[in-house]
This record gives sequence, structure tokens and C-alpha cells, in this order.
Amino acid sequence: MKMKPGARLILLTLVLAASYHLKAQVPYDRILRADAEPQNWLTYNGTYNSQRYSPLNQVTPANVATLESKWVLQDQVVGAWQSNPLIVDGIMYVTERPNDVMAVDAKTGRVFWLYRYTPAQDARVCCGANNRGVAMLGDTLYMGTLDAHLIAIDAKNGRPLWNIAVADVKLAYSITLAPLVVKDKVIVGVGGGEFGIRGFIAAYDAKTGKEAWRFKTIPEPGEPGHDTWKEDHWKAGGGSVWVTGSYDPALNLTYWGIGNPGPDWNPDQRPGDNLYTDSVVALDADTGQRKWHFQFTPNDGYDYDSVQIPVLVDMNWRGVPSKVLLWANRNGYFYVLDRVTGKFLLGTPFVKVNWASGLDERGRPIQTPQAPGMPTWPGNQGGTNWYPPAYSPRTGLFYFSAWENYATIYKKEQSTYQPGRNFPGGGFTVLAPVPGAPTVGIGRRGPINNWTDEVGNGSVMAMDPQTGQVKWKVKQFDVTDGGMLTTASDLLFTGGREGYFHAIDARDGKLLWKANLGGQIVMAPITFQVDGRQYVSVISGHTLVTFGLRE
Amino acid sequence: MVHTCRIVCGVILLVGTAGIGLAQSPSQDHQYSTADIETGSRLYAGQCSLCHGPNGDSVNGVDLRRGQFRRSVSDEDLAKVIVGGLPDAGMPGFRLQPSEVNTLVAFIRAGFDVSGIAVKVGNPGRGQTLFSGKAGCATCHRVNGNGPRVAPDLSDIGAIRSPAALQRLLLDPTSAMLPINRPVRIVTPDGRTIRGRRLNEDSYTVQIIDEQERLMSFVKADLREYELGKTSPMPSVAKTLSGEELADVIAFLLTLKGLP
Repeated sequence: MKMKPGARLILLTLVLAASYHLKAQVPYDRILRADAEPQNWLTYNGTYNSQRYSPLNQVTPANVATLESKWVLQDQVVGAWQSNPLIVDGIMYVTERPNDVMAVDAKTGRVFWLYRYTPAQDARVCCGANNRGVAMLGDTLYMGTLDAHLIAIDAKNGRPLWNIAVADVKLAYSITLAPLVVKDKVIVGVGGGEFGIRGFIAAYDAKTGKEAWRFKTIPEPGEPGHDTWKEDHWKAGGGSVWVTGSYDPALNLTYWGIGNPGPDWNPDQRPGDNLYTDSVVALDADTGQRKWHFQFTPNDGYDYDSVQIPVLVDMNWRGVPSKVLLWANRNGYFYVLDRVTGKFLLGTPFVKVNWASGLDERGRPIQTPQAPGMPTWPGNQGGTNWYPPAYSPRTGLFYFSAWENYATIYKKEQSTYQPGRNFPGGGFTVLAPVPGAPTVGIGRRGPINNWTDEVGNGSVMAMDPQTGQVKWKVKQFDVTDGGMLTTASDLLFTGGREGYFHAIDARDGKLLWKANLGGQIVMAPITFQVDGRQYVSVISGHTLVTFGLRE
Repeated sequence: MVHTCRIVCGVILLVGTAGIGLAQSPSQDHQYSTADIETGSRLYAGQCSLCHGPNGDSVNGVDLRRGQFRRSVSDEDLAKVIVGGLPDAGMPGFRLQPSEVNTLVAFIRAGFDVSGIAVKVGNPGRGQTLFSGKAGCATCHRVNGNGPRVAPDLSDIGAIRSPAALQRLLLDPTSAMLPINRPVRIVTPDGRTIRGRRLNEDSYTVQIIDEQERLMSFVKADLREYELGKTSPMPSVAKTLSGEELADVIAFLLTLKGLP
């Protein structure tokens, strides 16, 4: 058929316009069934159950040693790069500090567009200008910002569509987590647990940015749980939310981990259990109503934020098919909870613990605070922390990074709340083998490890949730903030502060392959497929490296 | 491959922590007393803090708490400045009893910490002579391009260590040795034994400087043996130096601030 060029253009425009109106790229249904399209990585944790288990199996224990770098993307800014990319139909969406978003060709690493948002000058965060990624729904990306805004961005051209203030930046609220999309809503939580904020989780209409519901992590007078606070302490009670939650569509419950109480290190200044700090909450995804909660560390004096990712698993529990939630907590205990009711099923320590002598039959810790000046295990950064764990339904094992032999000496002090200012309640020092010796903190400080494993070491742990025992572990010399990725070919990918990227046999912990990427790995790897080829991406230092099998 | 450190270092860690008090005991006569420091803190609040500030850092180029002075090195220097003043810098002299001056020096040397340790700092000139002579430091340590590299280079030790830490290092080297500096003994796959000092380590590799001052890197899994020493090769000066000589050596070390 012969057509005039003008007519051809009109027809093309019509077709494009029609497709624009008829078919959004990522409708909710695709996110709901993300496990059916493992070539993509549609949410922060890959799927709503947050298992970080990929059905992809092209890369296997037999060929993993032939992985080679296919492309590299350099960060354009300084500081730890904690972002988790999304992969949508061959496009990678990744953020970098402070609030930049890039659309990248997942096959070549070439950038389609870059959106730069400059947070307000008075934005305040305790631990670095981090952003952990975006969420997507339809043709729109969603990013939380360091000045506590939520921005909707056109996924095709990187232009902002709407921008709303989630909380007051002058009170040191911030957003560092990647939002979670459920149905037609975008859910975020706020950071600022070191600044006396009063935390919350809130859902916004994905089209308009209008607030749909808000769950306050520190209950106010008249709300259940308020009686776990005395006087007015709840007003600056903390309870930040800085890691993305999970969602169970069958129960319509969304699960979120809550951060430390304020002030951070002085529990005497806020007597009571301080709900819902250091807890997991299960919320109705439509209304934000709390269905249940479980508190890991009541009246916390150790900064044991429970901002780990709730990993949802369906498994036989004592012979009964059960919906459980697996949780390796910053406080050093591994937990199994019934995610329908919040009932405590199991809890065992996975590192040395001396702040508690054990858990009672309901999972409440029997606290044993140490004398002033004496070390507490695990230390301030915890037995584990925010970096994503993984669960393999094939091995039945739960994988996470742990800090072993690491302790902190805490010091309590009275702090006065001043809006937007640091609200510490004391401080801490890391137990060092020699007074004044270098110790570990947030992030690696240089290429020479002059603190050594004598202040603590990292371990990849494979936990058997049925027993609460570590089945195997892989020790690292330095501590690690590496997240986990596991696959249907029984591979476990992870890294650490030393800059090694490891492929481990998920069944027995055998090291199969490693690459020295040189910079600290402070996030989990992801895997995806483009044009029939499987790739694995990981961020190390200022470099995002994408590996594929040698052709 | 022998992983001695896994066991031994755990023990050191405990001993090291519990041993803080222990290491101080042989050196009481090289220190100021807690009573001195407390008295000094009161004197400081009344006489000095108006100009030097509560944290000791209000005068440009001077940070008393951190031991940064314009000219002074030794305790004697500090005492002279307190009594005589520095007219060209606008500091008046203070008519205090020698014992009172002593307590002010103690408070400054304790880093403004009344529960801290204040170590006596002697004469750096005499300290330098001792360093390359009787104290034996120059046998292993290098300063500003001179001396062997077997032990850590001390060219900037005065900028990175407090007087208290230096005293501890001199009296009880093992308890004060930074873990990274542990001596290593390696047996290579072909059976050679190599001794040296650890420079860096990760999960798979270790980097050292050996006794012949060669920079060497090893894959740990390849080694027949890899052993980290639990004791410092450095001898204590507790029996070889007097209290005054120790204070002099500390004074000299404090002058070593590295090249700009």
C-alpha cells in the first residue's frame, strides 16, 4: 500500500496516541504478578513478598564463573550509593544522590534521561544523603526526597508530574526509602529518628498525590498503644520508617518495619514500651488501619531500628501450611511470626547477644542492660540492619548479612527536644581491641582496613527458619552491608564493604565465583533478562556494574 | 593455613579492654594525679576560660584540649607561658604558685577530662637523643626519611597520638599495638617463611612489608601457614628508661607532626 508521507505521519500519531490512552505500561496487575515476568524487577524487592528470589536460571553454578562485565554506569556524585534499580521492559530506573533519577538502557548502560531534584537546603538526615530507589505504576515513577516530598515523574521523559510535601522538612523529616505501590496508591514512610520526629506511614493517590491514609507510628492520646508512653514523650517519639515494606494481596495487609524511639540512646527519658518503635506493623492496604503489631525491642536504648524488610513466606510450620513472616532483626535475634495474626512462633539469636538473656513465650525480650561503660552485643549498627535479605523456596533457607563479634559501649544523657535538631540522648563508642584504635561505622572509610576483624566481621548467614539455627555461613574480614539475591538455579549473589561481589552456592555456602569491584557494596544485587539473556547488576562504590555470561 | 588470630585475638580483645587500668599502674610516677586534674579544671574555669573558652579552642591556632599550642611542647614550656604570659600575643602572665601551675598543666594534658589521664611531657631535645640512643627506638622506626621501615613510620606520630597513648605504647607495646600492625609469619606454597608487618587485609588477601622492607601481597588460601602475632615485637621501656626520660621521649614524639 502506498501512502503519502503526511498521511503516514498522521496515522502513526494516531496509533501512538491510542496506545498512550489505552495501555499504561505497568498496570497494578503486572506488579501483583511480578513473579510471572522474572525478566523484570518491578518493585524494590522484586515481588510483593520481598523474597528477592528470581526464577531466572540461565546463570547456574556450572557457568557462573564465566560471568563478565557487560557495562558500567558511573555515579555522578559522591557518597555511598544505596539505590536499588527497577527493570521495566529493558529499561533500568536507578536513583543517585541526593535525588537524581536516571532511565538507562539495561542492555548497554546508556542513559535516556536524567531528572535532577534539588532538596531544600535545610533537609537533614542522620546517615548520608541516601535514596534507595523509585516505584512505578502505569507510566509514572515515584520518588521520596530528602526534604520529605513525594514526586511523580513521567517514566518516558523524566519530567515531574506532581510534587507534594509529605512532612515538614524544618522538623527534619526526610524520605530515603523507595515507595511501595499497592493498587492505586503510593505508600511511603518518613526518616528522622535521630531528630525527634513523630513517624508515620502514608498512602497517596497515585494519580493526584492526594493523601489517602496515614498510620502514625507513635500513637497519640486516645489511640491504642498510647499508654506505652508517659507524659509528653510520644511527641518526639521517633518511630521512623526508612525501608520499604511488603504486601500480601490475599490478606490485603502491608507490612512495615519501624525505627528507633527518640531520644535514641536514653531509654530512661521515655519510660514504657514506646510503641510502635522497633516493631513490625501489619496495615490494611486500603485504609491504613493496623491489624496487628509485634514489638521486637521495647524501650530500646541501643538504636535497634526494626527497619528490616518483612519477608513473606508460605511454608509448612510444624506440619501445618502457614503464612509466616521471616525477620532477622538488628537486635541480634531471628524471628518467625504468623503474618495473619502477628503471633510469635520462633526467636533465636544469630550473633552474640547480651542486652537480653532470651525471649519469653510471646517473643518479648528479657532485657539485661549492661553496667555503664560495659560493652553491649550486638553493637549500634546491629546484628544486621536495613540491607535486603532473601529467601529461596527451593532451599528453604533465609539469607542475610550479619555483623559478628561487634559491640558498643553506650552512654545515656538527658537530651532536650528542639525542633529539627539532633535528639540523641547520649552516644556510643564501638568496642575496640586497643583504646583509640580505628573502629567501624556507617560505610567504609578508605582502601586500607586498619580496624581489622578484631572490631567485628561480616558474615553471610543461611538461616533455617524451621529451627532458628544458622545452617552455614561465609565469613568476611570486614563487616558488610551487602544485600542478597537468590535464584532458581540455587545461586546466592551478595557483596560487602571490601568490594568483592560473590556468587555462592545457595545450598551449602560454597564460593563459586567472585569479582573484585573495588568499592563498597551497600545494597542488594538484582537480576533481569533482556533479549533472552540474563544479567546481574550490582552497585559497588560509585559504579553500577552489569554482568552477563560470556558469549 | 593457620588462623591463630581467630582465637588469640579474641583473648587480646578482652585483655586489652580489661587491661586499661592494669597498664597504667607501672607508670603512676609519670602522671599527674586525679586531684591535680580536678584542681586544674577549677583554676581553668576561673582564670583561663574567659579567653581560651570552655573547650580551650577560642584562641586562634590554639586548642588546649587537643594539645595544639603555638610554641610550647613540654610541660615546662606550658608552665613558662602560664606564668610569664605571651605579651606579643596578648596573653598576660598569671601569678600562680608552681603547684597551681602544675594542676593547670595536668588539666590541659588530661584533655580537659577530669576523669582522664594526664601524662607528663618532658624535654623534646633530650627525648630526641634518647630516641636514637638509649631508648633504642631508631633501631626499628623511621622518622622523616631516616631509619628502617620494619616498624611503623613515626614521622607524624605526634599528630595522631595523645601523650597518654604514647606512654602506653612505650610501657606496654603489646596492649597498645593497633591490630593492623600485628606481626605476621607466612609460609609460602614453596615452603619459604616470610616475616613482616601487616599493612592491609581482606577476606581473601593480605598485604605486608617484610623484614627486607619488600611490599608483598598474598592470597591467603594459597599459603601453607598464615599466623598473626599476638605480642608486639617492640620491647617495653619500663625497665630501661626513668620516669623523666620517658617524659622526654614522649615530648620528642609529640613534636613529630609530619610534613605539611
